[in-house]
Amino acid sequence: MTPALNLRTIAIVALLAALLLLPVYSELVGNRFVLTLFTRIVILALAAVSLNLILGYGGMMSFGHAAYLGIGGYAVGMLAHEGIFSGFVQWPAALAASALFALVIGALSLRTRGVYFIMITLAFAQMAYYVCAGLARYGGDDGLTIYKRSEFVAPINLSNKVQFYYLCLALLLAAIYLVWRIVNSRFGLVIQGARSNDTRMGAIGFPTYRYKLVCFVIAGTLCGLAGALLANHTDFVSPATMYWTRSGDLIIMVVLGGMASPFGPLIGTVALLLLEEVLSGITEYWQIILGPLLLLVVLFARGGIDGLLKQLMAKVRS
Amino acid sequence: MSGPLLQADNLAKRFGGIIASDDLTLSVASGELHAVIGPNGAGKTTLIAQLSGQLTPDAGHIRFAGNDITLLPMHRRSALGLARSFQITSLFLDLSVLDNVTLAVQAHAGHSFRFWRDARSQTELRQPARAALARVGLTARADQPASALSHGEHRQLELAMALAGNPRLLLLDEPMAGLGPEESARMVDMLRALKRELTILLVEHDMEAVFALADRITVLVYGRVIASGAPADIRADRQVRDAYLGEAEAAHE
Repeated sequence: MTPALNLRTIAIVALLAALLLLPVYSELVGNRFVLTLFTRIVILALAAVSLNLILGYGGMMSFGHAAYLGIGGYAVGMLAHEGIFSGFVQWPAALAASALFALVIGALSLRTRGVYFIMITLAFAQMAYYVCAGLARYGGDDGLTIYKRSEFVAPINLSNKVQFYYLCLALLLAAIYLVWRIVNSRFGLVIQGARSNDTRMGAIGFPTYRYKLVCFVIAGTLCGLAGALLANHTDFVSPATMYWTRSGDLIIMVVLGGMASPFGPLIGTVALLLLEEVLSGITEYWQIILGPLLLLVVLFARGGIDGLLKQLMAKVRS
Repeated sequence: MSGPLLQADNLAKRFGGIIASDDLTLSVASGELHAVIGPNGAGKTTLIAQLSGQLTPDAGHIRFAGNDITLLPMHRRSALGLARSFQITSLFLDLSVLDNVTLAVQAHAGHSFRFWRDARSQTELRQPARAALARVGLTARADQPASALSHGEHRQLELAMALAGNPRLLLLDEPMAGLGPEESARMVDMLRALKRELTILLVEHDMEAVFALADRITVLVYGRVIASGAPADIRADRQVRDAYLGEAEAAHE
């Protein structure tokens, strides 16, 4: 049992160690690009972790999750544009705006199920996209350049790339821990019960709508944080951040890594973005290779990469 | 407590032209196992649905433990101690057996907006859940996913979930349906043990089981009570024999 158990643990520990040591590597080799790439990976992994809470654990197939990336980003960008640079104002505003948006979409969409739920979440995200594209004051279609990153107290300086990377990584790990606590709590059991058999949950006395709505708001807020980070990372925010294909990317990250697995979204994000990076270096038609690869994972590894690791463990054990 | 635990008075329920409950009066005394039998379409499941709160009667009253519950929704009735098991098994198949029962316990433990503490390590949830599993003989299967259980075990798990809220009255809708002879016998044993501890209203097609278990039997035909009494009286009742038991009993003789 122990050697098999270690296999999966080793994979995750190795991944975390690599993420922790990445800036060191980047300094030693003098490769700044790899740090930029991985900052992006870590931020998007945070978004994927938040999606996993509703998609993986709650069974809520939201097709509009990228909207929060944009809303969090625009909260930072708009405030910066108006001359407010304090992160203590910008970030809470990003979280609050995302939470409010999630509350409104959730309240309406969670009354529906299946395809209707997917379509409504998609429709709301596209609405947010077009609203932001129409904001002439904030760059409209072209997006909004952020000239100064969020300001915090003295030792924290987001313009320092290494420091910013570690901040993102710390927030990602905190989010993974938070989601892990939530899904194993009483609340989390209710959410998973609702995924499994919503009708029965009602019959044994749970008003599941409320629980799912709260879960939806938590996930949206967490993704809003990722949005604030992403805007700081790129010094730029544009409507494209919340385009529906981005929501699709987030779903792919979760499914690829492993739904309802604590580290699945992180694994999926690393895998997807690295594949993109490597394949696009080989050919400009890299999506022709990526597509079938994803198809194989969906067809043959139901639990994503993390599920594959588990299956491998089971094989080693027997 | 004096008086019946559950009392239904003059219930009426119709679906279009079909009369499912017709001036139906039924009382279940505390501590008894009361069986409701009747031919197909007699309105047995409709009766259970009205008692559990899934359906609201068109007329009549239902009292439980001194409260008028006629208009209470399902989850409020279950909070009062009225539990129901389903005819068609409806479980959380991708959760573990123990988690299934834990959720049923949790439903009776106040609100669940608790986000931090590990629910699976809370003895106030796990202990009653394990106790309920022990009562139906599923202890050994606790950590397996519910999907791995056999049909008979699903029935046992259903029962454990109904028991998990420590109900005063258990509404059982055909617990033997689809069980093999061996599993049926095990279910009868289980119900016999349970009836010492709580009141049970049992709707069942399996006559052997009904006559083996029931303290009182009510016979429904076309939504109407045609007889109610001890098993021996029901067996001897002319009307019941004509309407329902006739052929089955004749075959036995």
